[in-house]
Amino acid sequence: MAERSFAREVQDLKLGAGEEFRGEGILAVTKALLQSGVGYVAGYQGAPISHLMDVLADAQGILGDLGVHFESSASEAAAASTLAASVMYPIRGAVTWKSTAGTNVACDALSNLASGGVTGGAVIIIGEDYGEGSSIMQERTHAFAMKSQMWLLDPRPNLETIVSLTEQAFELSEVSHTPVMLEVRIRACHVHGSFIAKDNKKPEFTLAEALENPRRDTGRIVLPPASFLHEQEKIRQRLPAALKFIRERGLNETMPGDIPEIGIIMQGGMYNGVMRALKLLGLADVWGATRVPLHVLNVTYPLVDEDLVAFCATKKAVLVVEEGQPEFIEQALNTILRRADVQARIHGKGALPMAGEYTATVLIDGIRGFIAAAMPALLDEMTPPPDARPLLASETVQALAPVVPPRPPSFCTGCPERPIFSAMTLVQKELGPHHIAADIGCHLFSINPPFNLGTTTMGYGLGASSAAAFQVKAKKRSISVMGDGGFWHNGLLNGVGNAVFNKHDGVVVLVDNHYSAATGGQDILSSRADNATRSTQHPIEDAVKGVGAKWVRRIDRTYDVAKMRDTLHEALTTEEAGPKIIIASSECMLNRQRREKPLFNAAVKRGERMVKPRFGVDEDICTGDHACIRLSGCPSLSVKDSGDPLKEDPVAAIDNSCVGCGNCGEVSEAAVLCPSFYRADIVHNPSLWDRFVSGIRTAVIGWLQRRRDANRLALA
Amino acid sequence: MDAEVAGIDRPITIAITAMGGQGGGVLADWIVAMAEAGGWVAQTTSVPGVAQRTGATIYYLELIRPQQRNSRPVLSLMPVPGDVDVVISAELMEAGRAIQRGLVSPDKTTLIASSHRSLAVTEKANPGDGRADSAAVLATAEATARRFVHADMQAMAEKTGSVISAALFGALAGSGALPFERADFEATIKSAGVGVDGSLRAFGAGFATVQTPPPPEPVVPLVPAEVIGGNPRERAELARALARLADFPPAAHDMLRAGLRRMVDYQDVAYAHEYLDRVALLAALDHAPDHTLTIEAARQIAVALSYDDVIRVADLKTRGSRFERVRTEIQAREDQVVDTTEFMHPRVQEICATMPAGLGRFVENSALLRGLLERIFARGRRVRTTALSGFLPLYLFAGLKPWRRRLLRHSREMAHVQAWLDLTAATAPRDDRLAVEILKCRRLVKGYSDTHARGASKFDRVIGAVALLDGRADAADWIRRLRDAALADEDGMLLDGALRTIATL
Repeated sequence: MAERSFAREVQDLKLGAGEEFRGEGILAVTKALLQSGVGYVAGYQGAPISHLMDVLADAQGILGDLGVHFESSASEAAAASTLAASVMYPIRGAVTWKSTAGTNVACDALSNLASGGVTGGAVIIIGEDYGEGSSIMQERTHAFAMKSQMWLLDPRPNLETIVSLTEQAFELSEVSHTPVMLEVRIRACHVHGSFIAKDNKKPEFTLAEALENPRRDTGRIVLPPASFLHEQEKIRQRLPAALKFIRERGLNETMPGDIPEIGIIMQGGMYNGVMRALKLLGLADVWGATRVPLHVLNVTYPLVDEDLVAFCATKKAVLVVEEGQPEFIEQALNTILRRADVQARIHGKGALPMAGEYTATVLIDGIRGFIAAAMPALLDEMTPPPDARPLLASETVQALAPVVPPRPPSFCTGCPERPIFSAMTLVQKELGPHHIAADIGCHLFSINPPFNLGTTTMGYGLGASSAAAFQVKAKKRSISVMGDGGFWHNGLLNGVGNAVFNKHDGVVVLVDNHYSAATGGQDILSSRADNATRSTQHPIEDAVKGVGAKWVRRIDRTYDVAKMRDTLHEALTTEEAGPKIIIASSECMLNRQRREKPLFNAAVKRGERMVKPRFGVDEDICTGDHACIRLSGCPSLSVKDSGDPLKEDPVAAIDNSCVGCGNCGEVSEAAVLCPSFYRADIVHNPSLWDRFVSGIRTAVIGWLQRRRDANRLALA
Repeated sequence: MDAEVAGIDRPITIAITAMGGQGGGVLADWIVAMAEAGGWVAQTTSVPGVAQRTGATIYYLELIRPQQRNSRPVLSLMPVPGDVDVVISAELMEAGRAIQRGLVSPDKTTLIASSHRSLAVTEKANPGDGRADSAAVLATAEATARRFVHADMQAMAEKTGSVISAALFGALAGSGALPFERADFEATIKSAGVGVDGSLRAFGAGFATVQTPPPPEPVVPLVPAEVIGGNPRERAELARALARLADFPPAAHDMLRAGLRRMVDYQDVAYAHEYLDRVALLAALDHAPDHTLTIEAARQIAVALSYDDVIRVADLKTRGSRFERVRTEIQAREDQVVDTTEFMHPRVQEICATMPAGLGRFVENSALLRGLLERIFARGRRVRTTALSGFLPLYLFAGLKPWRRRLLRHSREMAHVQAWLDLTAATAPRDDRLAVEILKCRRLVKGYSDTHARGASKFDRVIGAVALLDGRADAADWIRRLRDAALADEDGMLLDGALRTIATL
């Protein structure tokens, strides 16, 4: 069960011809797939395309009616391999993942797929995780398209264009026998907009038909001599077919303007940003009219030489707006124009920065700089754009620099991963600092304050393997961390299997929170929930033992900080050989709350006896040293003024967002911190027995308290 | 282009800055729904990514009224610094961050912010007081926004049993920054259909706070100290202690009263007189017009004399007033039963310290007895103070108070206090600023167990530097710097660095 329910969005997937779809970009893509008669969809979740996977997971009914097969793949490699169904059969298939992280994982399959070519349309929806909001390395998917000769679409970021390009991507793939990637940037994935829907289509050729009537052609298998022929075919047949389709369909767009001497060529995804910059410079309006001619590449690979030559032929200068590096399009354009002997001067990187996201300010500066260099006379006709920089440089705003604290992402309130790192901190206090190999997942937040733990991250499920070199005789062992998501994605074989086979000596902490939590709480093999459409409840413990791990400890309540600490201690000091595997298992609190809170509230409403734990700090016992916070960082554990003139520093306090996980109390106990913490169990709808016992206790305790209070001298 | 009309020639631009989990997306969706219901074209986008896990997030919206049917505007997916009409911040520092991003401009922007603080982890984790300066953000916001509207929307939401997004939506409506009527806003909440009543209450509170800002909080007049409880002799002695305040400068009276309150609460009225005796020794050396030395002595000596021991903790945990406070804090209703469990981990050191001085030292020096006790106290204890089995032992421990002066811990604490006050007294005639800084170092000693030991060690290292600095004109500044360094990080790395610097002076 994912973090978010898409029950309402699923209804949008049913919209018929002429109805207006209103919603998020990535959901519009999902609808476009169904309108295209797709036969199967697979993928691996991850921002910014998680919602595509989540909504389809919630839409099994519709998919069943349409005869669409949907898979939550084990990894992007598995997802990419799924497209093999389109090699021999005229079946449309789509897969999706976050890029370039996912494309890296998928590459083996993609290269083979692109070599042999496809019969049915094969489309890869790429969530381009670049710029603000990205959680991965800053690279371009463009390079993958070039190296494998796959086509790359980069539609203008409005829902109509995105949907239309998604539909045409299947056709392009089919006419050119080539897989097509459709790239959607983070903001475009999450943009709210609208388009007029079409009816969903059932696939024309079904997977069952394919299974029952198998076809084969060794010419499509990647083995010599076919592999050599594939390369020739890519260049001689598939590329020309693609170029013809792109031109005939007008996939790239030229917007005319009244200043013919200059022009701007851009990736489709840059269009809205460029238009806003032009508008603020007084060269365009908000309804799409522009004075500077534009050429919009909704297809960024391959480039259509004739179109580019035609656009540039009569111009003095052209600006290329190409986000990311290196500048593949600009380099190609220079070659194209040189070969055609077109003299237009190309401005690109230089006017615009080589690296980094093209924000509004970057685009305004770049376009203005381009015009100043290429056509200075135009500057007089332009308007001064808004510029916040003088204000930002002022003393008033600069004064905020030391004030506003950074706010990096961190573990949620009650997160079961927090106590693992509290325990790791405590063990290191005893045994000294260790080399800690981190992984991808929520647990990577350990690198931020207050824990500051973890040295490297090499990729999803590669935590254990990234400690492989450290398996030598030394006074300390390496610690590696891996989540259950990463474990099933990659880590079982490349991490644990590799460690067993190579007789590693290090410690591997497997953080099992019952979901692929960082990507939105999707179920995985070891999830505890019953899932009607997936097979779950396959314990990680069985898997690691299955590949030969011997020293395996499972902790079923990570909040037991002392046990967690002692187990880590044992793993780091035991004489036993081989990898030491600790499976630290407690359910992701975000998902748990989402599941349990409504049930709890409903039970209380029905009048059932329910107990809710909550933690608190005694403000007069807290001395304000905040050691507890340095071992926790829980959002609900904060500080407040003590109200006591004798206490200069603020005291710890727990707010009402506390979910009663118990970490702070356990830490305080395990680390021998202080006696300030208490747990209060609130009994809703107490039973008669509860009331009876509580009545007696309150009477006796109250009497003792009043007795002492009466004797207590006080200054009010 | 000056005659451009927002919403017609150019879109109305709105940025929402919040923390992940605060419901910035809900607020954005409401605005979109309201605009679309009114026939506008609305676009919103965000870059949630991992920031939705408690990090800083931003949502960006553009609204425009189409001039003819089917005309499609080209809207931006990201804010242009200097070109944002409305910024809504769901937390004060996020408002500060919006200003730093250039989203707030004096000619254009209505900034609506919740003035409450949700502290970032670096602010909370500081061993001293690492909280950011809210006043700086409020002042900058006043100076940089065309209009700045702020109130504690979080409190408003809690009071109305709703969420902050509803209060902010109300403030947005109240600000009049968007060309929509209150009814349009409320209709949006109603048609969203989730938690409608609570949302409407919070909306109303947010709306009202903008339209009629709440009056400033009334100043609570000081009530003179009142003596309660105890027997007539004790009450008379305490009254005499209060009368002794006349011997001190009036500027120190408030702090001395706080000290007296703590002393009688901690021990007894005789202790209160001892406290005044100790402060008086230093006050006699204080000739500065602002009486800083006396005030600081009144504060720090009170803190030092009320060291946190097992008796104190047991006493505070078992009081009736504390039981009531817990119920209030966790918002337990009258008809609910509350069970309270304390997380305690007394170590052998604390157990020995609670023995009579001679016995305590004997046990500490006996490997056998120590080992035995260590085994008993190896694990933490969970004490249910709402059950008699947990309450009674703590209640009895608290009853040891009359014997406190004879216990090992007390003799050690008093020796430590005496050395510190002797040093202060010896320093004051030569360098009164340095004496004040020495007093303030008591702030380093806090916490329990290891934390207390670490604090005490930092205190000793800083105080140890006094001898190295004595005679220097800037000695006081150095001690202040050392203390700040000691409070900056837990392990005292900055302090070590600063001490190395001093060694080279």
